[in-house]
Amino acid sequence: MIRLSEAHLDAIRTHGAATFPNECCGVLLGDVEGDHKTVREVRALANVFEPSAEFETSVLPAGAEPGEMAEVGQERRYFVSPQEMFALMQEERRTKRKILGFYHSHPNHPARPSAYDREWASPWYTYIIVSVMDGRPADLTAWQLDEDRKAFSAETWEILQSNEVDIEARRREER
Amino acid sequence: MARVLIPTALQQFAGGTDELDIAGATVQEVLDGLSAQYPELKKHLFNEKGELRHFVNVYKGSEDIRTLEDMATTVGDDDELSIVPSIAGGAGAPKPLPEPVSVISDERGANAELSNDEILRYSRHLILPEVNLEGQKRLKAAKVLCIGAGGLGSPLVLYLAAAGVGTIGIVDFDTVDMTNLQRQIIHGTKDVGRLKMESAKESLRDINPYVEVIGFEEQFSSENAMSIVKDFDIVIDGTDNFPTRYLTNDVCVLLGKPNVYGSIFRFEGQASVFWAEKGPCYRCLYPEPPPPGLVPSCAEGGVLGVLPGIVGCIQANEAIKLILGIGNPLIGRLLLFNALKMQFRELKLQKDPSCPICGTNRTITELIDYQEFCGIRGEEAAPQAVEATEEITVKELKARMDRGEALTVIDVREPYEYAIARIPGTKLIPLGQIEERSGELDPNTEIILQCRTGKRSADALNRLKAKGFTRLKNLVGGVAAWSDEIDPTVPKY
Repeated sequence: MIRLSEAHLDAIRTHGAATFPNECCGVLLGDVEGDHKTVREVRALANVFEPSAEFETSVLPAGAEPGEMAEVGQERRYFVSPQEMFALMQEERRTKRKILGFYHSHPNHPARPSAYDREWASPWYTYIIVSVMDGRPADLTAWQLDEDRKAFSAETWEILQSNEVDIEARRREER
Repeated sequence: MARVLIPTALQQFAGGTDELDIAGATVQEVLDGLSAQYPELKKHLFNEKGELRHFVNVYKGSEDIRTLEDMATTVGDDDELSIVPSIAGGAGAPKPLPEPVSVISDERGANAELSNDEILRYSRHLILPEVNLEGQKRLKAAKVLCIGAGGLGSPLVLYLAAAGVGTIGIVDFDTVDMTNLQRQIIHGTKDVGRLKMESAKESLRDINPYVEVIGFEEQFSSENAMSIVKDFDIVIDGTDNFPTRYLTNDVCVLLGKPNVYGSIFRFEGQASVFWAEKGPCYRCLYPEPPPPGLVPSCAEGGVLGVLPGIVGCIQANEAIKLILGIGNPLIGRLLLFNALKMQFRELKLQKDPSCPICGTNRTITELIDYQEFCGIRGEEAAPQAVEATEEITVKELKARMDRGEALTVIDVREPYEYAIARIPGTKLIPLGQIEERSGELDPNTEIILQCRTGKRSADALNRLKAKGFTRLKNLVGGVAAWSDEIDPTVPKY
């Protein structure tokens, strides 16, 4: 279960529209209590994907042929540089604000995880996908990788009113 | 010993903790130790082959171990190793396809004229909205060159002519042979011995008298290729050998023409459209020819007769699509067909930036010597050379057999060839086994080697010579010569 505010969702949609026709990507930061994740910040990250044979062959879905996706660029892929991810993890240790998951857009494509999304996904993280059709944000969905890595399951989410977010945050600080 | 920092995502597999102290002198040892301690974690770090998963990065301090010594990077007690997952993904579908454009300009198409007879003839095209009168006129205006009127060329030019392609060029200097008729359906039994060009022209004229057929009765070579190709819109590769295939590719790249490629072997075929201006060329796919002799020709390996019909029709289909400017051409895609499995597969091809003829740094700017490029000249100069004293003719062999000499004649062909035709009294040892089975042969007696035409047996002779055999003879012309000169009841194949 992930909880986030309408403002967070808007930030994701706006980012997706801004980078259209390319994919956008970003990180969800916040708190974890048991099975509950609460997003405190949605932060845009740079999509540094560059087509490379290595990338494509390493993520070849079953049945695909080498080179099939060779000409695909940022309009169909996103990649966060490992350095940026490393920096986020360092920040996570410093601030105790957890990396809860990531979001990215599917330009002119449904908000459903692809084989590539699954291939590259880590367990536990929440993956939010926003479909952007002809430059306008459309469906938005949230997913989590199954333990056997074979499929994604839809993650339930709850919209918090922005003041609820504030109250939650204050409550935590008081504790 | 090192401290390993576990990302939140994987902490559930590492006892819920975010850092662990693990023994080991290198990254490999530490990660192995970690995997041993937490087997659940292992499958998220390593793939089935035991390699680090491609989305797992490891940092020592603030440096990616790939910039250090990778898994062999040494670690000390004060070092921190961070496991950093790669964050990537994206929608799966490729880019939308570009709109196809006809290779025939609107003006040329509009200027073509169709008689009433032709309109009736092409009726079934004209009522297709994707073709209609405009497309049929483009077909009439189009000039398509087919290199070779053999297995692939035969069916495809028949269909091009029937479809109303206005000008069809054919390059072929061969004559029709009985063994061609199993698949080269443009020629008939009555044509055996005639020039393929004559026979092909006759068939095409019969199918469609409105088609102009231009024959180039010469070997397609570096000398004539540019002048032959320059006036055509599309080139179709119906060649059966590597030098001509590379030549066809190169001349098309240099002149900016689309090259509709097809090739066949036994039960398998390939087809693609190589067009350097819009996608990869043949050299992007195969930068170098295979060593001579490695890939057998159809004459050596055989081919299912219907196969070139299927592949040739695919080529005709692609040529017609390029002319009409409809559909999705085979540019950047290699179609693989298996007649036994009845299966089509497709490989996406990409342009090779380092391609010597269509890449960014071109080293080939004019036609080269393709015989030499394919290593064939060298093979001809020093082939399986056999001394004249090591040769025996079929007449000599027959005479010695008739005298009742006890001769050892070894047939080095394959068993299925032996079943078709053989010289009496020979023993079968296929070429591939000649060395390992040389123990069956007595080095002190004379050994006569024989195959279909004398080439493979020359190879066998040299191999045995290298094994120390000295009394060897190669039968000139093989079982084919035996059939011609000694016993016509032995079939030729």
